[in-house]
Amino acid sequence: MSDFVGFAAALTTPDLPRPTALFDAASRGASNRYDIYRNNIAVSLTDALAANFPVVRDLVGPEFFSAMAREFLRENPPRLPIMAFYGDDLAGWLAAFPPVAGLPYLPGIARLEALRRHATHSADAASLDASQLAEIPPERLATLRLHPHPSARWMIDPQPVLAIWKRHNGQPAATDQACEILLCRPAMTVLQIAAPAGTCATMDALAAGLPLQDALPARADHSAIFAAIFAVSALSQGTNT
Amino acid sequence: MFQSLPPTAGVGFKSAHFTDLANPGDVTWLEVHAENYMLDGGPRLAMLRDLAARFAISVHGVGLSIGGEAGLDTAHLARLRHLMDWLNPASFSEHLAWSSHDGAYFNDLLPLPYTAATLDTVCAHVDQVQQVLGRRMLLENPSSYLHFASSTLSENDFLAALVDRTRCGLLLDVNNVFVSAANLGTDPRRYIADFPLEAVGEIHLGGHEAQTDQTEAPVLIDTHSAPIADPVWALFGDVIALSGPMPTLIEWDNDVPAFAVLEAEAAQAATLLVGGRAR
Repeated sequence: MSDFVGFAAALTTPDLPRPTALFDAASRGASNRYDIYRNNIAVSLTDALAANFPVVRDLVGPEFFSAMAREFLRENPPRLPIMAFYGDDLAGWLAAFPPVAGLPYLPGIARLEALRRHATHSADAASLDASQLAEIPPERLATLRLHPHPSARWMIDPQPVLAIWKRHNGQPAATDQACEILLCRPAMTVLQIAAPAGTCATMDALAAGLPLQDALPARADHSAIFAAIFAVSALSQGTNT
Repeated sequence: MFQSLPPTAGVGFKSAHFTDLANPGDVTWLEVHAENYMLDGGPRLAMLRDLAARFAISVHGVGLSIGGEAGLDTAHLARLRHLMDWLNPASFSEHLAWSSHDGAYFNDLLPLPYTAATLDTVCAHVDQVQQVLGRRMLLENPSSYLHFASSTLSENDFLAALVDRTRCGLLLDVNNVFVSAANLGTDPRRYIADFPLEAVGEIHLGGHEAQTDQTEAPVLIDTHSAPIADPVWALFGDVIALSGPMPTLIEWDNDVPAFAVLEAEAAQAATLLVGGRAR
């Protein structure tokens, strides 16, 4: 076994024995010094996760969050050295983590925080304006293909995720109902909105390249869906038929 | 725009200090961590674009795992190339350390044994990075808490051979020299005297914290969360007396203070740099 394999094996697994053949200043065995690296890794990854999920951390409290993060990072070390994207699998992990079963909205909050981060860091692009859509002749609308903005993200959750997120950020939150959420970053700030039923299905269909006639769900309020989409500027410039 | 780092003081950029940088005082250049900007767009890149018009920028990578035994992650190297092409910074540096193993990224700079075999591997990795980026890179000496029984080369000999074989430059972290010497029971002045100073393109100064390990032995932790210690300032004075003025970075990554505190450290470095003898 190489020094690297031996060193890496126990870094995030406290139950495994520390590697030998490491020495300190007095050339004594330095397995205790190895714990500095273990601790650095646990602290830096916990900090990275806390920075990425501030509302989840607030909701469970910093001490619980740290303990939970230690368990998460052991099973889910980062696969990329880009900490802005660490924890994309936290929502799914939380849904199967028994200690937070009493907080059924927590996975949805984690998903929303991850989507907001991805919207923040995705490509800049100009949005399609509602007036540009209005200029298109009605006979062309059925076969028109519209494209989600590169920063547009959407999610459906049975829990009142957006209302909880807003209250935690000191914003007024009207409804406590399950909702569809649509987000986009048309300029430097992420916009998000509680969207009417069918919005996420519409965005999925547009992202898949379907024309409008096939993208809009049959039993949905189409004008309400478009109002939500344009409220956050969730479409890109450029349409085609 | 900025072809090289000036031989004056810079600081590690923190977004909280963006507006303070309208009045930078003795801060003349900035360093950013490459991995924080491997993004497609958004406010971070906008901020960096704005700063790059006013300051020379050093891109400092923390995720290439150059000291690791496995081959470099070519997807990550491609992301780095993309960032470098977009920003065209004055300098690129990385660490003599590893941070990834078997697909997991540890977000820490881990130590390697210094042997003929690891030297071959690190030389191959540095060659590959320099080839992909089309420029000379700097490699930074690590802070160490332990050493490997299998090491057959000193860190200095390892770095000198690396410079000789790859023509890379070095980033001399003076705090790391002090921390490693204290933790490994060696003499930091001797380390500086033996260091290939002619290859140095940048100096780092940062803060450390004194703790005790589980055997109650003192150990210095390279935290980047404190003012620069007096003996590190003294060692820095020794370095620039030998090397002449060098681009010198104040590194403060955790418990980041107000910009004025960083600027005061930069001013102290600037004073010492002016006093440094020309080569």
